[in-house]
Amino acid sequence: MITVTELRKSYRQGGRTIDALDGVSLEVPRGTIHGVIGHSGAGKSTLVRCLTLLDRPTSGSVSIDGRDLTSVKDSEVRSARRRIGMVFQHANLLDSRTAAGNVALPLELVRLSKSEKDAKVARLLGLVGLAEFADAYPSQLSGGQRQRVGIARALAADPTVLLCDEPTSALDPATTDEILDLIRDLADTLGLTVLIITHEMNVVKRICDSVSLLEKGRVVEQGPLREVAGSLNGRLVQALLPLPPHNPSGTGPVLDLLTAGGSGSGPVLSELSRRFSLDVTLLAGSVETLAGEQFSRMRVGLAPAAEDNAPAQPLELNEVVSHLRARGVTVEVAA
Amino acid sequence: MNFLEQIANNPGLTEALPKEFAATLQMISISGFFTVLIGLPLGVFLIASAPGGLRPMPVTHRILSDVVVNITRSVPFAILMVSLIPLARLITGTSIGPVAASVSLSIGSIPFFARIVETSLRDVAAGKIDAALVMGSTRMQVIRKVLLPEALPGLIAGFTSTLVALVGYSAMAGIIGGGGLGRLAYNYGLQRFDTTVMVVIIVIIVAIVQLIQLAGDRAMARVDHRNAATAGAGRRRRRAPVPEVSA
Repeated sequence: MITVTELRKSYRQGGRTIDALDGVSLEVPRGTIHGVIGHSGAGKSTLVRCLTLLDRPTSGSVSIDGRDLTSVKDSEVRSARRRIGMVFQHANLLDSRTAAGNVALPLELVRLSKSEKDAKVARLLGLVGLAEFADAYPSQLSGGQRQRVGIARALAADPTVLLCDEPTSALDPATTDEILDLIRDLADTLGLTVLIITHEMNVVKRICDSVSLLEKGRVVEQGPLREVAGSLNGRLVQALLPLPPHNPSGTGPVLDLLTAGGSGSGPVLSELSRRFSLDVTLLAGSVETLAGEQFSRMRVGLAPAAEDNAPAQPLELNEVVSHLRARGVTVEVAA
Repeated sequence: MNFLEQIANNPGLTEALPKEFAATLQMISISGFFTVLIGLPLGVFLIASAPGGLRPMPVTHRILSDVVVNITRSVPFAILMVSLIPLARLITGTSIGPVAASVSLSIGSIPFFARIVETSLRDVAAGKIDAALVMGSTRMQVIRKVLLPEALPGLIAGFTSTLVALVGYSAMAGIIGGGGLGRLAYNYGLQRFDTTVMVVIIVIIVAIVQLIQLAGDRAMARVDHRNAATAGAGRRRRRAPVPEVSA
């Protein structure tokens, strides 16, 4: 478990004080994956450096499995760091060592017999699917393979926590998905607590259980993925369930609908059409599976349907909205 | 008398040359050895003590870098050499001969090599150092396991350049009293107008430099794995090529 409490980091730059982190708190329960998303300059890199104690935070605390990291003495920083496995954007492998040599590096820092070390390196390379590349140098590997070696190296010291700093930002989309799935698998099989720093919403969508949106050193939105995706007014919903640009509908009212997982499932639109004799036009929408649940966000235009033998009924918008809410659909009247 | 006979009958070449050749090799070896022994740690210290380094020590760094290294490097070698004769006498008990000359040769080339070491180590990506620190390395482990191995190709290339420079310096040292090929060329070639000796010595010096460069390039290719095309180019391929499989 990772607990970050009121983390602050200020830099002095040319007489001004810059608050790179302005009171960041987050909690990642054991065995789950938390994403920290933000634009460049939001404080993501500073957060990583404070979590690994490469930089000391100005105030606040970081604890891993209940043990405080920020208060340890300089002499104990090294052993404290071994509880964290770190995956970097550019893998940061040593060019002078083979894949096996890179994975062995953390094991050389602790006392381990050669046979134990070799067995562990082989097991780790197998775990990331690179068993046959043990003797390859990083320059002979593709970007995705290098990142796999980086992940194997991060796991070498048996950390309980995996910290990933933009792990897929230098990879192509297909490789990105492979690496993310690998991280998800490892988190599930090894019970790792994972914190992923990223600027890519795709990373959050694909593997995160919970997410924090970081902006100017502050967390502006935070919560389990299903919660932030289920709130129409949140900052993250547009990123998680984007509505593509669309033309305004004719004259009728426009509703924003959001259904999540079990709630509001079923034939919502056709039911609406039948029950209220409405023409329902889908203006824009997106359907995603997030944290294992299906989410759909729709913008629909409503108009009374003109039947052949009867004049159109006037539209009772309030009834429509309360009906939808009773069905478990989140509704906002957009226009 | 043709050129070969001239060579065979020239006492400057038959009697003096082997001895002076050995003296030159001696100067290069001794000063090369001490250059690495002292220059390498000095370079490492320069990079580690720099602001933002592994163990920042601003004042010590300033003194070493700006005062010691830069001043030593800015004094022309011939002058440095003469001025160091008392020190050479103090250390070796004599002021002439290859061993005495090695003292000033070493002192002249240590700062040169230290700067090369500093530059090579600075080129090691900061991310690699961060990675090693995050996995719990001590500073010494970072230096031993990351900085030096990653910079090794550059260090070898730099040492090669240093040795080549030492060949030139050693010739200069010869004139001041160090002996070696430099003195031979000066005594015979310049003072006795013996062109044969001069030509032969130039050929030998060129050959030494070529050999050093060749050996240096070979050694560098052997340890350089930085790009796929040249990885392990210096050695016979012992294993099958790595299969190409996407991640």
